[in-house]
Amino acid sequence: MAGVVGSTSLLLRTARAFCGPQAAAISKLGSTTQARNYGTDRSLARYGGRSTVTMLPGAGIGPEMMGHLKEVFRYAGVPVDFEEINVDTSGTDAASMSGAITSIRRNGVAIKGNIESRSNQPGTMSHNVELRNQLDLFAYVLHCRSHPTVPTRHPEIDIVIVRQNTEGEYAMMEHENVPGVIESLKVITLSNCERLARFTFDYALEQGRKKVTAIHKANIMKLSDGLFLETMKRVAKSYPSLEFSGMIVDNCCMQMVSRPEQFDVMVMPNLYGTVVSNVACGLAGGPGIMSGKNYGAKYAVFEPGTRNTGSAMVGKNIANPLAMLNAGCDMLGHLGLHQHEQLIRQAVERAICERITTPDAGGNQTTTNVVQFIIDDIKENTRAAR
Amino acid sequence: MASSVFRTLTAPLRHAGRRQLSTAKRTVTLIPGDGIGPEISSAVQQIFASAGVPVDWESVDVTPVRGPDGIFGIPQSAIDSVNKNKIGLKGPLMTPVGKGHRSLNLALRKEFNLYANVRPCRSIDGYETLYKDVDLVTIRENTEGEYSGIEHEIVPGVVQSIKLITEPASMRVAEFAFNYAKANGRSKVTAVHKANIMRLSDGTFLNCCRVVAEQNPDIKFEERYLDTVCLNMVQDPSQYDVLVMPNLYGDILSDLCAGLVGGLGVTPSGNVGMGGAIFESVHGTAPDIAGQDLANPTALLLSAVMMLRHMELTDLGDRIETACFDVIREGRYRTGDLGGSAKCSEFTNAICDKL
Repeated sequence: MAGVVGSTSLLLRTARAFCGPQAAAISKLGSTTQARNYGTDRSLARYGGRSTVTMLPGAGIGPEMMGHLKEVFRYAGVPVDFEEINVDTSGTDAASMSGAITSIRRNGVAIKGNIESRSNQPGTMSHNVELRNQLDLFAYVLHCRSHPTVPTRHPEIDIVIVRQNTEGEYAMMEHENVPGVIESLKVITLSNCERLARFTFDYALEQGRKKVTAIHKANIMKLSDGLFLETMKRVAKSYPSLEFSGMIVDNCCMQMVSRPEQFDVMVMPNLYGTVVSNVACGLAGGPGIMSGKNYGAKYAVFEPGTRNTGSAMVGKNIANPLAMLNAGCDMLGHLGLHQHEQLIRQAVERAICERITTPDAGGNQTTTNVVQFIIDDIKENTRAAR
Repeated sequence: MASSVFRTLTAPLRHAGRRQLSTAKRTVTLIPGDGIGPEISSAVQQIFASAGVPVDWESVDVTPVRGPDGIFGIPQSAIDSVNKNKIGLKGPLMTPVGKGHRSLNLALRKEFNLYANVRPCRSIDGYETLYKDVDLVTIRENTEGEYSGIEHEIVPGVVQSIKLITEPASMRVAEFAFNYAKANGRSKVTAVHKANIMRLSDGTFLNCCRVVAEQNPDIKFEERYLDTVCLNMVQDPSQYDVLVMPNLYGDILSDLCAGLVGGLGVTPSGNVGMGGAIFESVHGTAPDIAGQDLANPTALLLSAVMMLRHMELTDLGDRIETACFDVIREGRYRTGDLGGSAKCSEFTNAICDKL
């Protein structure tokens, strides 16, 4: 449908065709050295050179990590103001979540911890799911990389996981027709599959990746995962430079624990996404370092990669702050503040290389020690720059 | 193996056994399967003969035939055989691609109402993987859940797939899991779920597990989210003992655990139903090496050992299992997939020599 005139116009046209005019923004995929423009046309709140970003500390170790993030940002002189919103987790106040969502719509970007939904009552929506659905954050990107100094059985992992973020098994539509018989609906739509497919292949091209693997269970769920796989195959034809293949999810998990180096970019529906991303993070050395990015046509939300509340580690000063700091860096990249992003990323990389990490990543430092090391590194580099 | 479990489940079966002479042989349905199936089945038969196992094999073919109503199905003779013997050993089956064939494995499952799939995963001494000290059992609900096969296209471009969870099925598999744990000296049962998202369906499954846990206070019970289990499993699998879960999570986790110990080529599997049990090897048919005497019969052999324990021939089962592990540990006769170069027949003969 679109001729290959120039990559930008092609992307613009395909985006408009599938997502409507508002989502033309998604098509402008800059390289890693330019601002990533998802939603910048319409939604970033920037005034006087300072951006406003919504911050949702969430539960568990979230507030602690956000505190460290703010401190690091202060030392790095990041021109970002945080609009902090504490969501009521007991589930009795429906308005608090909508307040948070309105704020993100206003600011365009958010950073969040894991919001607990303490009531697991059927009928009430999980707060995290609600956020993703209302803001239409249809893609979740997690980059899993093993580091030489973080203990892992697999030193050669470098996988990008793209996960459908809004539908599939997380549609949260359940009903009990007959007492004792419950049906839960898994919904897959063509439009979301196509959007995700284009996003994945464009992202893979932009990041210089070679291979995309679609993870599915289409041999059993022939219509739903079948639709997903067919769409992926069809869209793959428009990207002949990328190698595409499909793999069944159980085989994929088995391959991942024996030879994870074979995977490059993996794309999948929602539930398999949670399994595969947790397996990949576990293989690469734990949930403490990776960060994830939720992308929508208009908004972007950044968070630690494996969405754990970490309630066992609250107040003990042993939680790993690097996941949240990496999420902060992703956010800075999205806002176009690349100098600050590089400053903090370098400090984080140095901490990892010199094993100044918390126990889960193989070090023996406390959280505050790690944060202090990073701040000291930033201070040194900013002093040198002056 | 799960002697007390199968005592309750197979009461009529045992009465039938008692009426026979104590030296009488039991008949077991054997489904050799496709590809490497026939050679590994005969390897198992040879080993059983060497060990003096009192079992008669009744071989059946489950290739689908067109029934009188035009629909492809398992031949009636196969169904009658398994119903009569109540125990089956199955090799790998090839599901032909194309319309009109239901997955054969699925058909067998439905036919004999095999509601629980048990897969013990233990690190094999002598076949080293990156994960040591794995010793867990995954118990997966086998009849409903996400694999109910109920799907519709609501409007063009919108597809829904229904995940069905019922209380009776969840209770059944929960009770089986706790009974299995008790009968096999296991100390902890972990229920794996995603009840924060699928509140009604996984919530029901979880409630059933909780109810059964209360009735079994001597077994430790914990509930974990699926993502937490995945994360921890690949970092430290020794923290898990018995895992019980609905169909899809079970499928993924049991294959994940099989990968931890060396893959499907060395993993046994048993399917338990109300009327009997079928033990099977879960690897593929490997058509590329079929007929060349290169196949590894370990998976089918270990499943046959599970079957012996089920039939309360535990001593014989233990002897055969020990012989098999000894041969692998010694390393002289290992098949290609375990890193050696022995032929299937050499491996089989080595085990027979040990018995």
